[in-house]
Amino acid sequence: MANSKFCVVGGGLAGLMATLKIVEAGHEVDLFSLFEVKRSHSACAQGGINASLNTKGQDDSVQQHTYDTIYGGDFLANQPAVKRLCEAAPGIVWMYDRMGVSFSRTPEGNLDLRLFGGVKKMRTAFAGATTGQQLLYGADSQVRRYEDSGLVKKFEWWEFLSIVKDSNGVCRGITAMNLRSGEVEYFRYDAVIMATGGLGLIYGQSTNSSNSTGAAASRCYQQGCHFANGEFIQIHPTAIPGDDKNRLMSEAARGEGGRIWTIKDGKPWYFLEEKYPAYGNTVPRDIASREIFHVVKELGYQIDGEDVVYLDLTHKDPEFLQRRLGGILEIYEKFVGDDPKKVPMKIFPSIHYSMGGLWSDWKTHMTNIPGLFGAGECEYSYHGANRLGANSLLSASHSGMIAGPAAINYASGLEKHAEDMPQDIFTSEKKRQSEINDNLMKCDGKENVFKLHKELGETMQKNVGIVRYNDKLNETEGKINELIERFKNVNLNENAKWASLPLQFARQVHDMMILAHVIAGGAYKRNESRGAHYKPDFPKRDDKNWQKTTMAKYTPDGPEFWYEDIDLSIVETVERKY
Amino acid sequence: MAEKEFIHLKIKRQDTPESNPYWQEFKIPYKKKHNIVSVLKEIQKNPVTADGTPTTPVVWESNCMEEVCGSCTMIINGKVQQGCSTLVDHCKQPIVLEPMSKFPVIRDLMVDRNSMFENLKKVMAWIPIDGSFDMGPGPKMSPKEHLVAYELSRCMTCGCCLEACPQINPRSKFMGAQIVGQVRLFNIHGSGKMQAEDRIEVMKGPGGITECGNAQLCQEACPKDLPLLNSIGQINRQTTWSGILKWFNSGDRE
Ligand SMILES: Cc1cc2nc3c(=O)[nH]c(=O)nc-3n(C[C@H](O)[C@H](O)[C@H](O)COP(=O)(O)OP(=O)(O)OC[C@H]3O[C@@H](n4cnc5c(N)ncnc54)[C@H](O)[C@@H]3O)c2cc1C
Repeated sequence: MANSKFCVVGGGLAGLMATLKIVEAGHEVDLFSLFEVKRSHSACAQGGINASLNTKGQDDSVQQHTYDTIYGGDFLANQPAVKRLCEAAPGIVWMYDRMGVSFSRTPEGNLDLRLFGGVKKMRTAFAGATTGQQLLYGADSQVRRYEDSGLVKKFEWWEFLSIVKDSNGVCRGITAMNLRSGEVEYFRYDAVIMATGGLGLIYGQSTNSSNSTGAAASRCYQQGCHFANGEFIQIHPTAIPGDDKNRLMSEAARGEGGRIWTIKDGKPWYFLEEKYPAYGNTVPRDIASREIFHVVKELGYQIDGEDVVYLDLTHKDPEFLQRRLGGILEIYEKFVGDDPKKVPMKIFPSIHYSMGGLWSDWKTHMTNIPGLFGAGECEYSYHGANRLGANSLLSASHSGMIAGPAAINYASGLEKHAEDMPQDIFTSEKKRQSEINDNLMKCDGKENVFKLHKELGETMQKNVGIVRYNDKLNETEGKINELIERFKNVNLNENAKWASLPLQFARQVHDMMILAHVIAGGAYKRNESRGAHYKPDFPKRDDKNWQKTTMAKYTPDGPEFWYEDIDLSIVETVERKY
Repeated sequence: MAEKEFIHLKIKRQDTPESNPYWQEFKIPYKKKHNIVSVLKEIQKNPVTADGTPTTPVVWESNCMEEVCGSCTMIINGKVQQGCSTLVDHCKQPIVLEPMSKFPVIRDLMVDRNSMFENLKKVMAWIPIDGSFDMGPGPKMSPKEHLVAYELSRCMTCGCCLEACPQINPRSKFMGAQIVGQVRLFNIHGSGKMQAEDRIEVMKGPGGITECGNAQLCQEACPKDLPLLNSIGQINRQTTWSGILKWFNSGDRE
C-alpha cells in the first residue's frame, strides 16, 4: 500500500482537488499538465459556483438544488449522483472560503449569493466576475504547499499521450510527451485520474480556452474507455462572436438583471420576457440559446446587419455593475470597444460546455478500464442533457474529491502493483507513441493541420450545433471521414521537435476528429429533443425510447453505440417547462 | 483608419534556448478585429515570410484568449502585454513582437516563467488549512477588505511587472512586485494573517522588498491594474515594523 503510485492528468479544478485529496491522505502524486496548472481553463469561469447555502431567507435546500439540477438536465442524469453533488456543495464552497478565495461579501461579511439561470433561489457564490480564476488560484495554492513539502511532483509542460495497460486490460501507467524536448516517456502508476477538461475546440470557435481540445479524453476512448452522452453539447446564449474565440458574457449578466432584446417594428422586443413570464431572462441556457437562434436566424431579426441580439445592462447602476460584473464588462470593452454600462452589448449563442465525457461509475469515478478514473468536464456524470449555470465548478471540484479517495481505495486492493509489471508493456507503448511523432515529423504531404482543424470546426459548428437535422449529421460524418483521410497527407512545416506547436497540434487534431464522430454519431442516432440536443424533426422528448445514457465504444470503423438505463430513484420524471 | 491590405509583422525568433535570435517579417491579409494571437494563428496556417520564403510556424504561449490566464504575454511594439487582448487595429505597423527579456527563451516568443511560481513557494503564498474537508465557513470579511483582496487575487502571474522593473536583472535577486502583492494578499486574510510574520521575514531577506529600487514602473505595466505600488508601501511598512519589534524584543531579553 505504501508504495502505491498515483497520477493526476490535468490541473484545473478537478485535477487539483483530486491531487489534494490524495496527498492529504499521505500519498505522493505526479501531476501532469500542458502548462503551469495555474493557467488552466478553469480560470475562464466567470459567474460562480452553486451551493444551497440558504443565506437569503428563500428557503433554499439541498433537495431544491438537486431537483433543479435534475430538471434542468432534462432527466438524463443518474439522480443519486446529483443528490450527492448537491449535498456536498455547501461544504465545498466553505472549503474554498477557508483557502482564502476572495468571494464577494454581504455587509455582514458573509458570502454573497446571486441568481443564475433555471432556478428561482439565489444560490450562486461568486468572486466578482472571475470566480473560476479565484477558485483555481485557491486550489493551486494548496497544491503548491504540498509541492513544497515534496508530496506533489508537477510535470508541467508535459502532454498525456496514452495509458499503458497490462495483459488483463488494467491501467498501469501512462506515456507522455515533454512539450519542450518533444521526447516521449513512460511512467508507472497504480491509478490514473483523467481531469483534462472540455472539448470546445472540436467546434473551432467556442467559449473554451485554446487548449480545451478533448484530445486526452479521445486518447482514452481510443484505448477502450467508454464515452457517454457525447451528443450533449451546451450552447451558451450570450457570447461575443469572434473569429478566434467567442468570448463569454456570463449568465451572471442576466442573473443581475440583464435583459435580452432585439428591434421589432422599430421598438425593443423583449422576446424572452414575453414568452417565459415566470423566468424571463433567466430561463436555462438551452432555451435562451434556441430562442435567440430562432429570432435571429429563422425570423431574420438582425442588428445593424449582424447576427446578434442585445444583452442590456444599461438600466442598472454603474457602480453596482462594476462591483458585481466588472471582470466581464472589461472583457467586452477591451474586445469590442463599447462600454456595456452605457451601450447594450451585442451577443449571440456559442458552443460552451460538454455534458458528455468519459464514462465512469459515478460512485467511484472509475471508468470501465480498471485503474483509470475520470473527473471534471472530461467526465459525464452530473449534468444530464443540459448543465445549469454555476454547477460545473461545483461538479469539477466534487468529482475530483470523489475520484482521489476512490483511487487510493482501489490501489490499496491491488494484488500486484505497477512496479511488478513486465517492462515490455511500457517500452512497447513508448515506442508506439514515439513512432507516431517521428512519422508526423517526416510527413511531407500538402495538408496543413491548422487548416484541417478549421474545416472540422466549420462542419461541426454548422451541422452539430443548436439545431440538428439527420441528413446534415450524416453529411458531417462523411466530412469527418474525409478529414481523417486527408490527415494522412499532412505537412507540419516544421524542422525540429523542440517546443513544436505543429507537432503537438497535429496529434490533437487527429484525436479531435475521432471524438467528433462520437458527437455527430450520437446526435444522429438520438431521434428526440432533450436538453441541449434539439431536432426539429423530432421536437419532443421521448422518455420511452431515449431516457437512457448514450454509450460509445471505439472501433476503427467508427463508434459503436448502445444505451444504458439511468438511476431515476429520486425524483419523478415530468415535462420540463419554464 | 483607412482599410488596409496587410498586417505587417516583424517577429524576433529563436530556435532553441542556446541559439542566436533572428528577425523575420510576415504580411497577413488584413481583417478587422484581429488580435496578436489570432494573427499568429494565421501564420500557422500559411507559414511563409513576407518575401515568400517558407518557414516554420511561430511558437508562443496562449490559452484562455480573454486575458485571465497570463499565458500569451510578450513584448508588442516595445510594450509588454497580452497578445490576446491587443487588437491589431490599435497597433502601429509594422507590429514588432519580441519575447519577454527577463525570462529564458524556450523558442521564439515562448519563455520560461517558472521562477515566478518558485517564488510563490518562497513566500508561502497559501493558507495552511487544516484540510479540505467540510469544517464550515472561513473567517468573515468586510466588503471593503474584500475589495482590496479581490484586486490582488486577480494577479495572473503573467510577468509584466517583472519585465518593466529595472531591478529584475542578472545582478539582483529581486523577486518583483508580483510576489509583494501576493504577500499582502495572504497577510490580509483572516487566517492567512497567522503566518504574516513568516512571509515578512522572507520579504526582509535576499530578493525581498529591500531590493525594490522604487522605479514605480510595475503598476503601470500591470494589465489588471493591481495596486502594486500601494502594496509595496504596505509591505515596506510591515517589514520596518517587524524589524523594530524584533530589535525591541531582543533588547528585552538582554
Ligand atoms: C468562458 C467560460 C465560463 C465559465 N463559467 C462558469 C461558471 O461561472 N460556473 C461554472 O460552474 N462553470 C463555468 N464554466 C465551466 C467550467 O469553467 C469548466 O467546466 C471547468 O472549469 C472545467 O474544469 P476541469 O478541471 O474539468 O478542466 P480544466 O480547467 O479545463 O483543466 C484541464 C487541465 O487538463 C490539462 N490537460 C488537458 N489535456 C492534457 C493532456 N493531454 N496532458 C496533460 N494535461 C492535459 C490542462 O493542462 C489543464 O490543467 C465556464 C466555462 C467557460 C468556457
